[in-house]
Amino acid sequence: MMNYVWPVMILFAFFASVVTGNMSALSKAVIQGGQDAVSLLLRLVSMLCLWGGIMEIAEKAGVTAAFSKLLSPVMRLIFPKLRKNEYALEAISMNITANILGLGNAATPLGLEAMRRLQLVNEDTNRASDEMVVFVVMNTAAMHIIPTTVATLRGQYGSQSPMAIMPASILTSACALFVAVFFAKLGNRLGKRKK
Amino acid sequence: MTDIIGYWVLPLTVVLIVGFGLFKKVKVFDCFMQGAKKGLLTVYDLLPTITGLVVAVTMLKESGAMEMIAKAFSPLASLLGVPEETVPMALLSPISGGGSLSLFESVLKSDGPDSFLGRVASVLMGSTDTTLYAVTVYYSAIGIKNTRHTLYAGLAADFASFVLSPFFVTLTLGR
Repeated sequence: MMNYVWPVMILFAFFASVVTGNMSALSKAVIQGGQDAVSLLLRLVSMLCLWGGIMEIAEKAGVTAAFSKLLSPVMRLIFPKLRKNEYALEAISMNITANILGLGNAATPLGLEAMRRLQLVNEDTNRASDEMVVFVVMNTAAMHIIPTTVATLRGQYGSQSPMAIMPASILTSACALFVAVFFAKLGNRLGKRKK
Repeated sequence: MTDIIGYWVLPLTVVLIVGFGLFKKVKVFDCFMQGAKKGLLTVYDLLPTITGLVVAVTMLKESGAMEMIAKAFSPLASLLGVPEETVPMALLSPISGGGSLSLFESVLKSDGPDSFLGRVASVLMGSTDTTLYAVTVYYSAIGIKNTRHTLYAGLAADFASFVLSPFFVTLTLGR
């Protein structure tokens, strides 16, 4: 995928800069982008180490198994093929719990762990499995119940009720999540027919 | 209320997990270090991907390309009954979380958080995530090249948020 998306992004940026006569900004962007990448990575290092460590404790203490049990009715519906794969389901459940609680920083490391566990049962390790597609797509949609970042910013800009948007936000997120899973599953089914 | 929840969730999660580990007689610090080391290895795998992605996103953001696309999309927005001003945000949010956040702030500044536009932008901001980033990072961490229809499904969800956010704002708060 990135073999197409990446060059298109770069070529399009160049094309747009030529049209708008904005080449100096683009030149700065190349340098800035490299620096931004490093600062993002530094943030990732702390995030992955911290939550990787916490997750390990949670696992040994049996916390992850408990969450997995709690979410298992929903999980069975979304990932029917993983019914017997407690190992992967535990990581997926932890990731989804972190997402719902709005712990974005914890969700990514837990999600990557879940991907690693899904890869163990993947038939073709170069190609995304059906479960991976559904799982990643769920993570591209926002699952949090309380829009903390948005509400905080609204408060800062003088909103009378920063949380007033919460019902609309939950409804929109839920619909988007449904659309995401629907298209993921639809694609999975179409992919099977082709084989 | 928001502040209280926001401040409590994170420390409470850490404390509860560590506390429960102690209760179950887990060697908590040894465990923590083991997990943290795994995290470090993941970062190493992600380094090239993230560098490539962030450079391309920054170039796209600074080149004025997004404004060009936004202009092309605004007739579609008015056709769907979506405020035109949210188009740049909706276009940027799948590729850059920071970029869409700054556009969101400028909407809050210009129109106010309690205006219709401010509310729609808030809902849109709260219901989308950085799709391209998630897809790239999740797959490259385990070395998968063929991502199949993941990106399309993710973008379909982003589009749904874009169309539905003004609808649900009108429904719950009026215009």
